[in-house]
Amino acid sequence: MGRTLAEKVWDDHVVRRAEGEPDLLFIDLHLLHEVTSPQAFEGLRQAGRKVRRLDLTIATEDHNTPTIDIDKPIADPVSRAQLETLRKNCAEFGVRLHPLGDVEQGVVHVVGPQLGLTQPGTTVVCGDSHTSTHGAFGALAFGIGTSQVEHVLATQTLPLARPKTMAITVTGELADGVTAKDLILAIIAKIGTGGGQGYILEYRGEAVERLSMEARMTICNMSIEAGARAGMIAPDQTTFDYLQGRDHAPVGEDWDAAVAYWKTLRTDDDAVFDAEVVIDGAALSPFVTWGTNPGQGAPLSANVPDPASYEDASERLAAEKALEYMGLTAGQPLRDIKVDTVFVGSCTNGRIEDLRAVAGIIEGRKVADGVRMLVVPGSVRVALQAVEEGLDTVFKEAGAEWRHAGCSMCLGMNPDQLAPGERSASTSNRNFEGRQGKGGRTHLVSPQVAAATAVLGHLASPADLSAADATAGV
Amino acid sequence: MEAFTVHTGRAVPLRRSNVDTDQIIPAHWLKKITRDGFEDGLFEAWRKDPEFITNRPERAGATVLVAGPDFGTGSSREHAVWALQNFGFKTVISSRFADIFRGNSLKNGLLTVVLPQETVEQLWKLTEADPTAEITVDLVDRQVRAEGVVAEFELDDNARWRLLEGLDDISLTLQNEADIATYESARPAFKPRTIRA
Repeated sequence: MGRTLAEKVWDDHVVRRAEGEPDLLFIDLHLLHEVTSPQAFEGLRQAGRKVRRLDLTIATEDHNTPTIDIDKPIADPVSRAQLETLRKNCAEFGVRLHPLGDVEQGVVHVVGPQLGLTQPGTTVVCGDSHTSTHGAFGALAFGIGTSQVEHVLATQTLPLARPKTMAITVTGELADGVTAKDLILAIIAKIGTGGGQGYILEYRGEAVERLSMEARMTICNMSIEAGARAGMIAPDQTTFDYLQGRDHAPVGEDWDAAVAYWKTLRTDDDAVFDAEVVIDGAALSPFVTWGTNPGQGAPLSANVPDPASYEDASERLAAEKALEYMGLTAGQPLRDIKVDTVFVGSCTNGRIEDLRAVAGIIEGRKVADGVRMLVVPGSVRVALQAVEEGLDTVFKEAGAEWRHAGCSMCLGMNPDQLAPGERSASTSNRNFEGRQGKGGRTHLVSPQVAAATAVLGHLASPADLSAADATAGV
Repeated sequence: MEAFTVHTGRAVPLRRSNVDTDQIIPAHWLKKITRDGFEDGLFEAWRKDPEFITNRPERAGATVLVAGPDFGTGSSREHAVWALQNFGFKTVISSRFADIFRGNSLKNGLLTVVLPQETVEQLWKLTEADPTAEITVDLVDRQVRAEGVVAEFELDDNARWRLLEGLDDISLTLQNEADIATYESARPAFKPRTIRA
């Protein structure tokens, strides 16, 4: 019987397989950042262990880093201590580090792909659940806890039970103005935050094949929000073109050998998935969340749902609690929801294509009165590219704040946070209670919806912007 | 890792689904560089409400958390497990756990027990009505026992053995160091490296 993409990559990394034990899997690339690594390095130190494969390990700083005044000492002493701990650990153990101020610094999931380190058929881990992002290349990539970080540092392997596989087939072509973000939010709303639990997802079908690498990363990034540790997309010419010429992409004979191998990484026609979901891509429209988990979403054209409409008691209770926290009323049109802040950035939507999309929409317009808009590039490289294209000027002229690279308001570990009761439209990945700041209220949106929302001051799509222009006689 | 065999204790019934790791331990706590001292961060936002279940005097010293489905979703932060343990919990019962959280919990000796939602309901009703009611979680017999409840739970033999013995994963893996070296010597040359040779 044939094998799925996930099974092929898994099998190619089994170091040891024994009856009654989890497989011991080799890890090709280990990404580190400051938040989930200190206790792992401390564990190594206490046991007198070394990092086994420094040549498969790389670190950067992203979660705690400020996005303004980066040339000054970090104001928060606890954040500063954590960054200093990473620097000390990397120096002591010999790990390659791209600290704040370095040209390769950025959100760890933006940095790996842009360096060409994330490649098809590799295993990639990081102490961060959005490691699933790298699955866009046909890599098996997943988030791990700090104990596992220590395990990979010491052994370059992980003992793991093989998950099941789920195909998510997206048929047709996404309509104009419908993005990868809308697609993944719709998928999560359909299968639920626990729907992918225990599975590796494989996104496939015409709509997925048509997507750019960056859009594919947006999709795989949020696999974890559907409960799946990993999501993958089979590598194809789009993948190879993206990789060729990057810093760590293979060259010469190695490139040819690599591409020959990568081309084998497709699910066989006779392979059987443990579960299959089909989505009509052509039927999708811009999608936003209204609640406090990423599965609580709806098309932008819909109304806030009535909790009473849920048959399942625990979903009903969750919806009631969510509306209370979000300060929303059942039946209220989603388009009527006014926001205070718009955040563009994160490992979900902080890459150059995202910034181009936002700039294309707000160019020549102004951010609405009373709305704060933050644009935070995913990495220094993304920022430099944006500046080269003049996007930073577009953002600043519209009244948005153009910041330095980092995770920023996605999780508010640095000073970029919502105040209690403040409401955001955010291109990030989690709308949990307090995620972007204590008492903050988050609506997850695409970069395009974020841009239109910033201009109109309420949740809106670019189409609404054109309609507003027509009314105003622009 | 601390071994887990049999534990009996009073419970905290937490009638919430999708308790994500941002609720278990908010991000600003993640700046700490130790594995301890997270107890005050556990459910920090909810605990501001004096009526929140863990604030009730009759729940003081409870060690068994009985939660709604999809417990531990979201971020991979192991700090969520440490916060539960630092607070005093020895075991968490739910009908469904997020994968990464579950993996993290079992590596730290916090036993996460999956039971059908009906059984969780029974345990909720029992412990809500009687805060002194005790729940026994028995990993030896893979059984949860409380007044009127005897429920078997599943946990694969390997994970159970590691917990019962309190074994360190890294030491176990390094027993197979030769297998790792053999695998490494056969890796293709085109695989990426962060440091060029």
